[in-house]
Amino acid sequence: MARAKLPRKSTHIDMTAMCDVAFLLLAFFILTTKFKPAEAVSVTVPSSVSDKAAPESDVVLITIDKDGKVFLSMDNEEKKEYVANTLENEKGIKFNVQEFKKAQFIGVSFSKLPEFLAIPPEQRKGDNMPGIPCKDSTNNEMKEWLRIIKSAYMGQKMNLLVKGDNASKYPSFKNVISAFKYNDLLKFQIITNPVNVPIGSELYKQAKAGLAVKKDG
Amino acid sequence: MAEMDTSSGGGHKKGTGVKKSKKMSTRVDLTPMVDLGFLLITFFIFTTTMSLPTTMNLFLPKDTDKPEEQNKIKDNSALTILLSKDNNVFYYEGMLDNSNVSQNFKSSNFGSGEDGIRQVILRKKASTDEKDFMVVIKPSDECTYKNVVDILDEMTIDVVKRYAMVDISEVELQLIKATEAAAGNASN
Repeated sequence: MARAKLPRKSTHIDMTAMCDVAFLLLAFFILTTKFKPAEAVSVTVPSSVSDKAAPESDVVLITIDKDGKVFLSMDNEEKKEYVANTLENEKGIKFNVQEFKKAQFIGVSFSKLPEFLAIPPEQRKGDNMPGIPCKDSTNNEMKEWLRIIKSAYMGQKMNLLVKGDNASKYPSFKNVISAFKYNDLLKFQIITNPVNVPIGSELYKQAKAGLAVKKDG
Repeated sequence: MAEMDTSSGGGHKKGTGVKKSKKMSTRVDLTPMVDLGFLLITFFIFTTTMSLPTTMNLFLPKDTDKPEEQNKIKDNSALTILLSKDNNVFYYEGMLDNSNVSQNFKSSNFGSGEDGIRQVILRKKASTDEKDFMVVIKPSDECTYKNVVDILDEMTIDVVKRYAMVDISEVELQLIKATEAAAGNASN
């Protein structure tokens, strides 16, 4: 008697397709990942519900680290050169303009600038620098810096950013603001980490209402 | 399976007994490759931060000495928030004078509970005329940058249209000190 034999099926699965997808994703993530550049001044920023992306060009960034030290950095090299030349003319300090243009941040007083720029860039760490003096009205070099930068950006848009550490005390922030006010720079932006709007809050309701209106219209 | 046929015993021997070399499968076991692939994917997913930093816009008022250019706050419609050390928040409504200090000067925190600053702002907002409502933020020298940004963010969250940052006065500093000392004694 012939019994119908079920053919034995192999348990192997063709994994080619899965492999394709996996490596496609892998390629995507490898290509889109940008490693964070090592920062000379490490700062943990506070969070806010704001969702405006930070500007990327013509940035004048003022960093306040956890000890309340203030640093300055700019991204536009032309403006930096202008600032450097103005500084040399006004203050009579001689320093390496090329090195100044390349410097990631400035963290010393005017008088120490030549020594600061003589340090190799990779050894310039915010922790070892005294920061730009802006303690009080008598010795607030931030005012000077901002005045020169403002004249460098004359008639052009400049993005004034403040990036402060969570743990820094308020007075250093206040000093920076007073330097802004002194120079009539009344609009600036604070760098924050985005968080979601708390559910049930006024803004949340407003955003929902706004969405509903948009849907109707 | 995967071994060489060494028993050919001379190539000239042909005939019926020619051994057909077994056709080998071209399939490769892809499991380890897929494993590795997914491992790397998980690594990149976890290390990638999609979120770019955002910014909060802030406009400063111009300092002015002329009284006619200064904004006057109406009594009772203002809420003054004082920021102190250790994330302590104090607040009072309207003006502070000697007669009402003990009832008017209250403490709060950054929590979202009933006595948190968010509820305080919302309660005050609901009970005052919208166009007169104003929040005055006075950070003391001991509060942190985070506290200041948090309270400014709170203004956005609670949709407070008018708020200002003002320097703290000596009287208020004394009050904070006294209140904190009292709280410290109570907890000991």
